[in-house]
Amino acid sequence: MSTETSALEGLAPQAAPFEGLGRPIKGPGALIRDWRRFWHLTYNIARNEFKLKFFGSVLGYVWQVMRPLLLFGVLYVFFVVISHVGRGGKPSEHAYGVQLLGSIVLFTFFAEATGGSVRSVVDRENLVRKIQFPRLVIPLAMVLLSFFNLMMNLVVVLIFALISGVHPMLSWLEVPLILAMLVLFSTGMAMLLSALFVRFRDIQPIWEVVSQIVFYGSPVIIPIQKVRETLIEGHHHDQLLYHLYMLNPLVTVFQQFRHAVVTHATLSAGQALGSWAALLEPLALVLAVFALGFWVFNRSAPFVAENL
Amino acid sequence: MHTLKERALHPLRPNRYQTFDVLKDISFHVGRGEFFGIAGRNGSGKSTLLKCLAGIYGVNEGRIWVDGRLSTFIELGVGFNQDLAARDNVVLNGIMMGLSPRESRRRVDEVIDFAELREFEELKLKNYSSGMHVRLAFSVAIQVDADVLLVDEVLAVGDAAFQQKCFDVFHRMRDEGRTIVFVTHDMGSLNRFCHRALLLERGEMVHLGEPHEVADRYLEINFGRTESAGSAADSGRVGDGDARVVEAWIEDEHGQRPASVAQGQRIALKALVRFSAAVEDPAASLYVLNEDHLAIVVATSAREHEQSGRFAAGEELLLSFSFENVLAPGRYNPLFTLAHRGTGMDLIDRLEGAFSFVVTGPEAMGGAVDLPVEVTISRSQAELPAISRA
Repeated sequence: MSTETSALEGLAPQAAPFEGLGRPIKGPGALIRDWRRFWHLTYNIARNEFKLKFFGSVLGYVWQVMRPLLLFGVLYVFFVVISHVGRGGKPSEHAYGVQLLGSIVLFTFFAEATGGSVRSVVDRENLVRKIQFPRLVIPLAMVLLSFFNLMMNLVVVLIFALISGVHPMLSWLEVPLILAMLVLFSTGMAMLLSALFVRFRDIQPIWEVVSQIVFYGSPVIIPIQKVRETLIEGHHHDQLLYHLYMLNPLVTVFQQFRHAVVTHATLSAGQALGSWAALLEPLALVLAVFALGFWVFNRSAPFVAENL
Repeated sequence: MHTLKERALHPLRPNRYQTFDVLKDISFHVGRGEFFGIAGRNGSGKSTLLKCLAGIYGVNEGRIWVDGRLSTFIELGVGFNQDLAARDNVVLNGIMMGLSPRESRRRVDEVIDFAELREFEELKLKNYSSGMHVRLAFSVAIQVDADVLLVDEVLAVGDAAFQQKCFDVFHRMRDEGRTIVFVTHDMGSLNRFCHRALLLERGEMVHLGEPHEVADRYLEINFGRTESAGSAADSGRVGDGDARVVEAWIEDEHGQRPASVAQGQRIALKALVRFSAAVEDPAASLYVLNEDHLAIVVATSAREHEQSGRFAAGEELLLSFSFENVLAPGRYNPLFTLAHRGTGMDLIDRLEGAFSFVVTGPEAMGGAVDLPVEVTISRSQAELPAISRA
């Protein structure tokens, strides 16, 4: 404390002669004033990563679409064909394949955006140590890159849905809102993880496990009706566990996507939560994660170059 | 503390961070259009200072101002991706350095042409030779037009022709009135380009002023540290021992005994001789050997002081060899000999390696001595009629 005050006292009388010297140079930060430059940087880094990812392989873009489709194929054969998940003939299980694929595609975005961000800042040590640019660009570019892929995959979902007899509905207009919640949550996690990884290198294996838990802990394979039946209406009766399950923002995202895009017979997020007011809980969690992620990243950004 | 496990296993162990002030009490002002050098040894903090100026590292205390557009040039080809084509790399690099995407795309052709890589613009960088790589990186860097450029020892790379190209560009920039802050430990380029320079040592300012002053101080600090002790090593000492050179040193114009001396000064190599027996008319000689053990300067008292007199046991004699320092920059070892009157073969004492000294100069031209040579170039018109006559 004392050194700080003495330094300030020392500077105060000298402040006047420094006027007119131009702008002060601040150290590195997460953001910059010039939003256009911030966007250009993010967009161009993401674009180049995108090129890099696919130009080297023979089938290029096809692979990006194939990955969730292959996962879908495996899950469909084992769970739907063999274990008869989603084949009870209930109206909520209408076009179950589309429901499954939709959730897989959304989850793939989440896993790529967060998993890709973890190492992103550390892997770009060369840039961080040698060029002055807003540090937040790096994880955001990774999220944007995953978003490009999501857009391509959603086209596949659309085609698959139309083939499977899903009719276009007015509720498809909800999709941007659903995606916004997903992107906000993923961005928050991406900022948090990439900043923490600089100091704690075991974030990476931990996050890989957590991603797996999230995959099974959200309505991707097992329909939410089944979870509800078992935990609330069945003899297990575990209100608390169901509450925890519903707290995961991805549950809201995936379920509302199924409801809005595939069939209204399946539960909407509001029905699954009990009331639309209860939606505030996962929404608050999304905003909290985003705020925490930004706060942590912003705090560590000035020292990233030294801590690498 | 790099993993959570360490933290969990040793919750009470304090964080073992060592704080280390890299730079202390640095204050300087660089004017518009000035070419400003920052010199210092490895680890003196010069690159850190440059990164602070660039805003890559934050400073804990103090402030930095800049008036105008700033561009940093710390390493060639930062962020180049080996798997992308040269064109894509140039565009991305431009954007990273602060250009808008449109501006950056507009300049691609200029950059590629300057690098003379037109035929290879769609080639991936991993297929480039290292020379092509450097050429591309350099032309990207200089296309970013900034008012203030921060440059870190990039001139150290590339072949002679490329270095010349770099020098030309820096000359041009200097003439255009751009402000350049240049970090180096090559005193030659410091002297060649800079208007003013700053010398750092252990994070502190040692000298701020004319480049040649800074260069001299730099060499002094650099070589002064390893200066050998003044007392003579007795090994390899020959002669009959009637007298001994007990002390030898170098003196500059002011009578000081420096470890290094600048070119052009008058210097004196001195020695103190003590007699242990009576000697008549001794002759003393000096050999100044360079790092290749070649005698660059040889002088003797035998010519002018043939009758140097008679010295009794216990008496002392002061030798002084003084000359204009035209030695080339480098380290020198003086060698003193003392002989009986006559052919000089009858050695009394020989002292080598008592001390060494360093000559500092603006530039090593390559010769053993730097004589003040007058150079003129003119068209030799007088020759022409002679040729026509023949």
